[in-house]
Amino acid sequence: MITIDKLTKTYNKGQVLAIKDVSLEVKRGELFGLIGPDGAGKTTIFRILTTLLLADKGTATVNGCDVVKDYVKIRNNVGYMPGRFSLYQDLTIEENLNFFATVFGTSIRENYDLIKDIYIQIEPFKDRRAGKLSGGMKQKLALCCALIHKPAVLFLDEPTTGVDVVSRKEFWEMLARLKAEGITIMVSTPYMDEANRCDRIALIQKGQILSVDTPAGIVGQFPVDLYAVHSANTHKLLREVRNYPGTDSCFAFGDALHVTFKGGAAGAHEAGAGPAGLTNYLRERGLADVGMEKIPPGVEDCFIQLLKS
Amino acid sequence: MKTLRFLLEKEFRQLLRNRQLMRTLLLAPLIQLILLPTAADYSVKDIGIAVTDNDHSTTSRRLIEKIVSSGYFRLIGYTDGYPQALKMVEQDKADLALQIPIHLERDLVRENQKQVFVSINAIEGTKANLGGAYLRSIVSDFDDEIRLQWNVAQSDAPTVSVASSNWYNPYLKFPLYMVPAILVTLVTAMVAMQSAFNIVQEKESGTIEQINVTPIRKHIFIIGKMIPFLVLGIVLFTMGLLVGWALYGVRPVGSLLTLYGSLVIYLLSMLGLGLLLATYSGTQQQAMSLSFFFINIFNMMSGVFTAVDSMPGWAQAIVASFPPSHFIRIMRMVVLKGSGIGDIKYELAWMVGIGAILNIWAVLNYRKTA
Repeated sequence: MITIDKLTKTYNKGQVLAIKDVSLEVKRGELFGLIGPDGAGKTTIFRILTTLLLADKGTATVNGCDVVKDYVKIRNNVGYMPGRFSLYQDLTIEENLNFFATVFGTSIRENYDLIKDIYIQIEPFKDRRAGKLSGGMKQKLALCCALIHKPAVLFLDEPTTGVDVVSRKEFWEMLARLKAEGITIMVSTPYMDEANRCDRIALIQKGQILSVDTPAGIVGQFPVDLYAVHSANTHKLLREVRNYPGTDSCFAFGDALHVTFKGGAAGAHEAGAGPAGLTNYLRERGLADVGMEKIPPGVEDCFIQLLKS
Repeated sequence: MKTLRFLLEKEFRQLLRNRQLMRTLLLAPLIQLILLPTAADYSVKDIGIAVTDNDHSTTSRRLIEKIVSSGYFRLIGYTDGYPQALKMVEQDKADLALQIPIHLERDLVRENQKQVFVSINAIEGTKANLGGAYLRSIVSDFDDEIRLQWNVAQSDAPTVSVASSNWYNPYLKFPLYMVPAILVTLVTAMVAMQSAFNIVQEKESGTIEQINVTPIRKHIFIIGKMIPFLVLGIVLFTMGLLVGWALYGVRPVGSLLTLYGSLVIYLLSMLGLGLLLATYSGTQQQAMSLSFFFINIFNMMSGVFTAVDSMPGWAQAIVASFPPSHFIRIMRMVVLKGSGIGDIKYELAWMVGIGAILNIWAVLNYRKTA
């Protein structure tokens, strides 16, 4: 449905590299996630695919249409929801929706089924101007406007940034329903915990793809055992665990530390430098309440691991 | 075509909803047309004059009386010595100092001539020029008078005298001259600036991105932006014309069709400028400073206050590239003189040419940047 072949894009006459040799493939009907921190190049990829930006090198197709040659066809067939709310703030919900329906040569009624679940949530406010809506309502309106012409592919650039936890959860449920309607969805997010909602994800950093797989596949690639270590004094714990000679990596995750050990995969730890020795080591240094257990890695752990290697 | 209709529907809805903008658009013409023509006036009155009379004769007193009763001068001081009179000029109390020499009367009778001396404060150029000229004409008038009275022999040489009559504005009423020009500056500021701001606003708020991923073609989008401001310009112009008629009795002598035809051509050229400025600005602030620059130069140089014909050649060449200068000429010609299409064809041709260049440039640059 979407193919990207060795796309490269630079800004400021080649001084700033946005993406480099990015290649991807998104299958029909897939919910595909681009996961990466701010400035990784996610928006650049979206803008190239939605024909708003020309790449320096490489080619891309959406729904079989080339993003340069067949841009008119693409514009008729895709929905795009930019990261920043960009509907008319001085028009009401209904006027915005109606406007975008008409410019695509359709009407709200014609595709009402597709947006119904989302639209009924904001319908009570349909005479309110878009600028006066709350963040969650704006996001729902933007999604309705991106869907109103029944696009084959939906591009959502950081749709959940700045949205509360409940709305985020609702939003992903909406996406799951849209996927069931057969719409191919490409979504980007800086939140690693949302990655599990996608069929497949691409981890992206500094304009380069680190890994593409299903969330389970990505997690399965994690090469070593991972331990969660916690104590009341997290600050001291972090310092001491990092000083422990057997520690390979150690990062704070909420109120626990995620730790890997040198030579962890084979279990061939040096004597007194493995996971078993850590509790003793910490107790000697005055941390008596240390708890430690082996945990399955998450996408974020994989991301950090990939960045390291 | 259908898309254009939806775009226009949206544009008009947004424009009419912008209360603040509508208020400015409706009030600005009224206030400017009330203030400017009545306040800004070329005729100079109340010129302060300090007189040093060294003669103290009937003749000198009659001269002073004649100067003061002319209505242009106000006697500020009547001093004994020239230094005191000059001091008054220095202190900005008087605008000019007149020195009447001793033996004015006697020498006039005996030698048939005598000079008076005038110093003028030239900081305010217009006032100095006009004040000096008024005084000169009063003095020469006075000269004729006393010669006639004393029967001094006129010189035998024939003299040329000028009799002038003012056409198209017989009473040199200032508003008649100003109203058409102010109308032009009004329409210019509102239409060119607002259209630029409007397009840049779509850039700033990101809505242009959303538009760009729809099948709306760029030229349709641009036309959809221009038409509302064209209509707005025509409405504004009509309002201004009505205000000028109601307040100053300015009624176009020429045909309204010619006037409105020229207006549309003018507006299209200025909308081209607005679009061009929009393509070069990323934020409304940038658009604001850019258009402010142009509007300022247009207002100063297009012949609203100062005549273009008296500018140096290079300046006239620059002004020729300003659409407002041509439209101001057209306005004055059609409104005051009743000129027809044939009389204004060069101005029209200039506006069409400049408008075409601005629009083509804008569209090319729009493609490249957006």
